[in-house]
Amino acid sequence: MASAQNSSIWQKHGIFEKNSIVLVIGIIVAIAWGGLVEIVPLFYLKSTIEKVQGVRPYSPLELAGFNIYVREGCYNCHSQMVRPLRDEVERYGHYSLAAESMYDHPFQWGSKRTGPDLARVGGKYSDDWHRDHMNNPRAVVPTSIMPAYPWLAKTPLDLPNIKEDLRTLAIVGVPYTKEMIDKADADLKAQATADGGDVQKRYANAIARDLGGKPTELDALIAYLQRLGTQVDFKLYDAKANIR
Amino acid sequence: MAQAIQSGKSLRFGELSLMVVFAALAVFSAFVATKAYTPEYAFHAILFAIGSAAAVFGIMKRYGVRAAVVEQTIDGKPNYNYGPIKFTAVAAMIWGLAGFLVGLIAALQLAYPALNFDLPWISFGRLRPLHTSAVIFAFGGNVLLATSLYVVQRTSRARLAGDLSPWYVALGYNFFIVIAGTGYLLGITRSHEYAEPEWYAILFLVTVWVTYLLVMLGTLWKRSEPHIYVANWFYLSMIVTIAVLVLGNNTEVPVSIFSSKSYPVWSGVQDAMIQWWYGHNAVGFFLTAGFLGIMYYFVPKRAERPVYSYRLSIVHFWALIFLYIWAGPHHLHYTALPDWAQTLGMTFSVILWMPSWGGMINGLMTLSGAWDKLRTDPVLRMLVVSVAFYGMSTFEGPMMAVKAVNALSHYTDWTIGHVHSGALGWVGFVSFGALYCLIPWVFNRKGLYSLKLVDWHFWVGTIGIVFYISSMWVAGIMQGLMWRSYTALGFLEYSFVETVDAMHPMYVIRALGGGLFVVGACIMAYNIYMTIRSPESEAVPSGRPSLAPAE
Repeated sequence: MASAQNSSIWQKHGIFEKNSIVLVIGIIVAIAWGGLVEIVPLFYLKSTIEKVQGVRPYSPLELAGFNIYVREGCYNCHSQMVRPLRDEVERYGHYSLAAESMYDHPFQWGSKRTGPDLARVGGKYSDDWHRDHMNNPRAVVPTSIMPAYPWLAKTPLDLPNIKEDLRTLAIVGVPYTKEMIDKADADLKAQATADGGDVQKRYANAIARDLGGKPTELDALIAYLQRLGTQVDFKLYDAKANIR
Repeated sequence: MAQAIQSGKSLRFGELSLMVVFAALAVFSAFVATKAYTPEYAFHAILFAIGSAAAVFGIMKRYGVRAAVVEQTIDGKPNYNYGPIKFTAVAAMIWGLAGFLVGLIAALQLAYPALNFDLPWISFGRLRPLHTSAVIFAFGGNVLLATSLYVVQRTSRARLAGDLSPWYVALGYNFFIVIAGTGYLLGITRSHEYAEPEWYAILFLVTVWVTYLLVMLGTLWKRSEPHIYVANWFYLSMIVTIAVLVLGNNTEVPVSIFSSKSYPVWSGVQDAMIQWWYGHNAVGFFLTAGFLGIMYYFVPKRAERPVYSYRLSIVHFWALIFLYIWAGPHHLHYTALPDWAQTLGMTFSVILWMPSWGGMINGLMTLSGAWDKLRTDPVLRMLVVSVAFYGMSTFEGPMMAVKAVNALSHYTDWTIGHVHSGALGWVGFVSFGALYCLIPWVFNRKGLYSLKLVDWHFWVGTIGIVFYISSMWVAGIMQGLMWRSYTALGFLEYSFVETVDAMHPMYVIRALGGGLFVVGACIMAYNIYMTIRSPESEAVPSGRPSLAPAE
């Protein structure tokens, strides 16, 4: 049935069937290509490594909020990635840029919208609205199916080691300066006072709130949420700059 | 010690060095526990200390009762090692029940948010990773361990390599599951889907996984068959690729050895691409290649027919593993990932349909001449229907990977439905079928306690899956259409929460489907329990010929 040529090809495959190490090497060679081709260029292409004006690392308070967002698994129901589709741009705002999540270790793009996208939620609602909403979502959105997070408002933000978090992020490439790391504890508290001390010198446009210098976990989360998607001024952003 | 010398038994180097390593780990973990930044991390360090101490104690105790020399063969037949297989098979059943139940609770929380009870530990955001990890890694992982350790022995006609190492794999893997699962509930997570466990859990898992690879390879090296059977190719590709993926996706720097927190080296778009390179291939290699290994052994075995086509299995194998790895970007359509990468992901996803169906055809056509058995053997029926579900979801997947379709389906429950037709229908049913075969074999029982109960499990489970996936199709497509719906005046027609309200009936039906699936699994657990409790079969089941090599 099979031609001689054919049968020899199938016989040659015997080398994989008789040598486990050859088989393992064959597997590694077969699976290597896809990842290499799709991943490696992302570290060199302009559109994926462009720096956009306004994008800065998180302030210590915002970072604490980011980590609470991660801890509570918000990404399970909320995406942070506005796609360039008409209805999304109208519902949420300008489509997301790669640069806007360049300091997110880990990324929070999400994969499911059980709740709405949050990429541009910053500034859409007041702090008080967020406070009510997190304590009991149904108090402000009667048919919401989001869980309530009442413990966040009751838990003081206790992060004696926030400095180490900044230092670790600096190791993985976030441009935290020595000054930022050294002043992390002070900045965390200062952003929770009415005037914010000199936080804004290190973190442009960081919003200070009068929390008596003693923020709760909820305050940190709100500081993070209110900053989401507000960094880039799209009146100034040139989308064509990096197209080749 | 004197006793040991009398019986010609001495502590092996492996036993001694493992005891030293575990004793050191116990002391080190206890030290970390005292300095841990958070009580949650201290709890995990204490678990590590207790686990390590138990390992030292276990090795010592085992030394007291084990034979001086492990016979490789008895009466010319391989002396198969079934201990770790029994353990992982039973663990799979228990984790399966737990994982399905958590899934049901999570489904009910989406229909009735009061079920979050305002408690951190069981709120949806923490429970959902617990569900996914419990079903994929705890249930699926233990099924893969049990079946692969069985298949590699039987198709090699050789006893499992190593003495303590298979136990280290079985126990260590399940210890990892405990660390991962309790971590999610306590808020320890990396937030990478299906890769949530933190750095120390992964570090430990790597040692387990390398041991697993060595046990598999070591057994193959001892084989008395010239050829490596096709099922083992799939298992090996699963083990090797998962190792590569986990190492790539878990590149992270811990904040401190005293902190559970780590920050991934990758961020933003690079992190997203690497995560979905990992994530899609956790599906492709853990939930597909591994379970295809199961199909290639258990379907022919149960149908008592050879695999339909040896050549198709070669083409199927290489095409599947080469193509799968490219498909990740279809999770990132229309995102900030460059267009060319998205298109590449879409293209390979569509091509992937072919080897997937090649595998399905090879599985289904193995039934040639034995189709009548579907009427009388509900276990075989379960295996065959699982392959049919595999065919269905590997058609649906490429379709959803097309950008135009994905624009509608992404972010909706259609994805959840798609995943579950694969997870419940394919992975679930092929696992159930394999466990129904495997448990009487390794526990040396004549057969299952009741085939009638398998029949019940099959029908209750199948109806549950149908409820689940059809409600999610409706939910996903409806919500996708509502999001992009415009009024005649050109305004968005629905607010977001209106689209959430519309989901409620679908979420209730989904929970009903999931509930039926849980009921099916309970029937199975009872059946398995009664099978293990039944008396051992007297005739040693050595009459089963090993499978012919793939040639």
